[in-house]
Amino acid sequence: MTVEWFRDPVNFITNWLNQFLLGWGLPAGVVAFLMNLIGAGLVATGAMLFCILLIWYERKLYGRIQDRLGPNRVGPWGIFQPFADMLKIFAKEYITPRGADVIPYNLAPILAVAAVLLIWAVIPFYNGAAGANLNTGALYIIAVGGLGELAIILAGIASNNKYALLGGFRAIALLLSYEVPMVLALLVPVLLARSMGMNDIVQAQGDVWYIVMAPIAAFIFFLTSVAEVGRAPFDIIEAESEIVAGFNIEYSGLKFGMFYVGEFLHAFTVSVLFAILFLGGWRGPFVDQVPVLGAVWLLVKTGVTYFLIILLRGSMPRYRTDQTMSLAWKILTPLALAVLVLTAILDKALVGSSDLVRGLALVGMNLVVWFIASRLSQASYRRSHPVEPPIGHAPVINPLVDEIGGVLE
Amino acid sequence: MNFLQVVFILTSAVTLGAAVMVVTSHRMIRAALWLVLALFGVAILFALLQAGFFAVVQVVVYIGAIAILVIFAVMLTRHAMQDEGAQVNRGWWAAVLVALGTFAGLAFLLLNWAGIGSSLGELSADEARKLIPQMGQALVSADAYVLPFEVASVLLLAALIGAIYIAREKNPQV
Repeated sequence: MTVEWFRDPVNFITNWLNQFLLGWGLPAGVVAFLMNLIGAGLVATGAMLFCILLIWYERKLYGRIQDRLGPNRVGPWGIFQPFADMLKIFAKEYITPRGADVIPYNLAPILAVAAVLLIWAVIPFYNGAAGANLNTGALYIIAVGGLGELAIILAGIASNNKYALLGGFRAIALLLSYEVPMVLALLVPVLLARSMGMNDIVQAQGDVWYIVMAPIAAFIFFLTSVAEVGRAPFDIIEAESEIVAGFNIEYSGLKFGMFYVGEFLHAFTVSVLFAILFLGGWRGPFVDQVPVLGAVWLLVKTGVTYFLIILLRGSMPRYRTDQTMSLAWKILTPLALAVLVLTAILDKALVGSSDLVRGLALVGMNLVVWFIASRLSQASYRRSHPVEPPIGHAPVINPLVDEIGGVLE
Repeated sequence: MNFLQVVFILTSAVTLGAAVMVVTSHRMIRAALWLVLALFGVAILFALLQAGFFAVVQVVVYIGAIAILVIFAVMLTRHAMQDEGAQVNRGWWAAVLVALGTFAGLAFLLLNWAGIGSSLGELSADEARKLIPQMGQALVSADAYVLPFEVASVLLLAALIGAIYIAREKNPQV
């Protein structure tokens, strides 16, 4: 019994609690309802609490990237800094601007966090431990993402503030644009796994991870996820130096804190999704013997992805609005469409052949598409940015540079 | 009356109430937000019928895409904060006729359907899994619903072209 408890704690406790409650004489329906309630509460609370640690980790790492120390005063390595911030934000005053639409105004922060927490319902932490193993998991994630957009719209409209409205415009334009390539890229693992269930997708990556079989889709999903979170280099939606803070400008106290927590948690959640869809989720050594080890592997893979997102945030300058738009519509969307269609055709054509042939064909197709796409984008960039000598005076020719064919302007 | 029926009645009441608010609300943004609530109610009804796929698609398509685009368009084209206009135009009686006709037609069809009085059966996970491929095949199979499906696509295309025509800038020189 102790071994069983060690291997699969979640299902062990679930079964035990189930028996215990049924032993009380409660009807089966009520017990199922209670179990779901407890599970949902635990997952949501756990994710929120984890977020506190995450904020510390990100600030520390972000500080190191910028050659600072990061939080270092409260507790060892500043680890209690987020708790101090949390208490401070609890104590702050709530301000509702005059003329605000009260119900949407207050609903927006709740929806912003809820939209992220809802994704956690379908995440398989290890084999057999997921809130709900929906057979429409991928679709569910897209649906829930729409609620997050709704929250930003509500915040923008209801605040009765021009900056908030403008920030809302920017945010929605960016989110809607990047949702298109994200959904298309998300469909590639669904296609390869022949299932929309998250656990099925993980299980289908037994031999090889989908980042190998579908690298372009993984790349697009990663980039668009970063954009969906609103992180640098796509943080034009709350560019502090330009439009104050965007859609959440009128929020104070814990209401602002909800948006803040929602953003951090969203960044971590997309890392989890990337790990599940492309890095094999809970798969790793010894998961067949000890299923709970899968949660550790998932955490490691998520950590690597999250680290990349923070690194990207710390090292990239901000894109302009027109640049983010043209990246989404002129490059990522056609690329994602091409990859999706070609993957579908290739996978159907090779349905009888061995896994090795199938994998090699997919990798080859991805390489060819990547080569063509990079050539096309380079050509179009050269067309739109021709190198011209300055008007009015002849180009200065440096004899030294001339020998290697260079022209100084 | 069991628990599911209570949920059903509550959801239906909220959905219908929200739908009424969509057409009676004076501000367009408010109307769009009520529309989101009504669509969400329909998604819950789908979930109650064990049609999880439809519930999710309802949220993806109608809330995630259509309602958000509607709100976005209203935000871009109107003064979102103070837009208040007349609620009916001269063609209101035609809309009433079409709405009543549609309702009567749907009620007639449903009353003649054999399954109208039957109660909800439990679906096993395996059966539920098979339903979605079946529906996908029915949509593209010539024996089933390919014609209505294509007609709906043509209707959407016509709406698209119509929208472009209306929105196009009128150029007197051409």
